[in-house]
Amino acid sequence: MVSAADIRSYLEEVSDPEIPVLTITDLGVVQQIYFQDQTWFVELTPTYSGCPAMQQIEADILSKLKEKGIENAQVKHVLSPAWTTDWISEEGRQKLRLYGIAPPVNEPDKSALFSEPPRVACPKCNSKDTRMVSLFGSTACKAHYQCNACQEPFDYFKCLK
Amino acid sequence: MQQPALFEYVLRIADDSLILGQRLGEWCGHGPILEEDIAMTNIALDLIGQSISLYDFAAELEGTGKNHDQLAYLRYENEYKNILLVEQPNGDFAMTILRQFFFDAFRLPFYEALMQSPVAQLAAVAAKSVKETRYHLKHTSEWVIRMGDGTDESHQRAQSAIDHLWRYTNELFYENEVDQTLQAEGKVPALSAIRTQWLSTVTNVLSEATLQIPTNDWKFDGGREGRHSEHMGYILSDLQYMQRAYPNMEW
Repeated sequence: MVSAADIRSYLEEVSDPEIPVLTITDLGVVQQIYFQDQTWFVELTPTYSGCPAMQQIEADILSKLKEKGIENAQVKHVLSPAWTTDWISEEGRQKLRLYGIAPPVNEPDKSALFSEPPRVACPKCNSKDTRMVSLFGSTACKAHYQCNACQEPFDYFKCLK
Repeated sequence: MQQPALFEYVLRIADDSLILGQRLGEWCGHGPILEEDIAMTNIALDLIGQSISLYDFAAELEGTGKNHDQLAYLRYENEYKNILLVEQPNGDFAMTILRQFFFDAFRLPFYEALMQSPVAQLAAVAAKSVKETRYHLKHTSEWVIRMGDGTDESHQRAQSAIDHLWRYTNELFYENEVDQTLQAEGKVPALSAIRTQWLSTVTNVLSEATLQIPTNDWKFDGGREGRHSEHMGYILSDLQYMQRAYPNMEW
């Protein structure tokens, strides 16, 4: 019989539908995996409440497990503890950068209403001379930036804590 | 139903989120600039996402085997318990931003307080949503200041929006026996404390924006009791069209 660790390793092959270079384990959305009443349960936490990728991820998990011979599996959505960008793995951050998306930087005081936008390095030329174009980008989890040095427009994965 | 007051309370938060999300969604493809089109639909998506979690919990409390879609799409107008503010028409961009600002300035301290609720599902939704709401409030506050302290035209439009919407803001703090029951059980926060925080945010941002708080304290309510403005029926006819025309359809 397979173990929870085996299941987790299978899930490392499931990619995020919006950011295909990232796996769902890189993203940190897979929580507990456990066996109960003859069924494998995979707990999944959304990045944002309205993230439209969640249904696709659920379907992808079930089809991956089926491919590995596990028919009796269920995905359970959990909200608590709430997902934070701190759960994106180091490897995931590296993959984001290579894909052209700036990974989240630590924003010290998120509660301040009028804090300066965070200093984000351009994923193309690495310059820190960049500016925020809009707090909301191509998906709920990203902001839109532009590099002043090389002019590259890019997505920044917003810090969520 | 075991906990009718809690069911009603959860529906209120869900309905506020759903109806405002639906309103913001009307901007999709019509935003004044592409970035704002995207921002408004992003905020709509967060709000509708929050409503799904809340409708799931409400359905569980109701215990009749409904799902979130049935609660969102198959109720009559008087069964929606959202406040009147969120159903007001988008108007111009200033009207949309001010409506959103008044709402966000309430939602942030409200969710912060609700995170302390002993009702695990409420605390979890609040802890999740508070992070999203911080971005919303930051965005709308910056726009209020940019418009208020901008050109004569933008200042005048922002002030007109405030003058029009102010009458609906009192209802953010509407309480009835539902609140009294749940507050006595220690399950939900008192809205009076949240009002103080709301007023402080609103005063600070409007003063930075060189905008005035109206002195006219004419106010409307009724939404929490299911009595809506004339706009609500039109929203529902859009929102519910597919489920009414093609019952139980899915895609």
